[in-house]
Amino acid sequence: MSVSVQTQDFDVGIESSALTSGRSDCGALASFVGLVRGASDGVLAMTLEHYPGMTERALTAIETEARSRWKLGEVRIIHRIGRLLPGERIVFVGVTASHRHEAFAACAFIMDYLKTRAPFWKKEETPDGARWVDAREADDESAARWEKP
Amino acid sequence: MAVQVLFFASLREAVGMTSLSCELSPSVANVGALRESLAARGGDWLALAPGRAVRAAVNQDMVDAAHPLRDGDEVAFFPPVTGG
Repeated sequence: MSVSVQTQDFDVGIESSALTSGRSDCGALASFVGLVRGASDGVLAMTLEHYPGMTERALTAIETEARSRWKLGEVRIIHRIGRLLPGERIVFVGVTASHRHEAFAACAFIMDYLKTRAPFWKKEETPDGARWVDAREADDESAARWEKP
Repeated sequence: MAVQVLFFASLREAVGMTSLSCELSPSVANVGALRESLAARGGDWLALAPGRAVRAAVNQDMVDAAHPLRDGDEVAFFPPVTGG
């Protein structure tokens, strides 16, 4: 299965190797790892809530959309849920393709769509208490750049 | 006509529940009307009032306010997503 929502950590090396093992038609692997940003923002921990069922459905739809736009080899999306500490991995996106441009573009596209369409919500713990993270307009703008004319 | 309504994240905390079974009056035919009828309860339910940033899904697909409702639908209300 190329989409996973899980509490446990993932190994970037193992995931990257799995994307390329057994096939020789892809010349490019692009991946992105998102981490919990801590100290400078005063974040002590973060809890990720999601909408079970819809989350997997939304991520699969994003992968399908990416495959309709670029010729891709393998795609892997992992998103963690539950309580995470600064520096911990939150999300992994890995894409293989024949050439780097498709791989880079599809990886960025999947992250931009995930940030605006997949039902996850972050709650931060800070020295002043807990607060829900507000959606950022910049994320909408990043996703909008992929809209077809 | 009855639907199951789910709430997530800050909206779940505001209304103090994760889900609610709703028997709909004939005038509540779409997602926007359901949201209005819930907001009309006042108090904590004003978290669903017009002007608040609320997104909706029906049967686990993101939809807009004009999306029609059918008997047995799973409707969800939640704030804009912040994953990744």
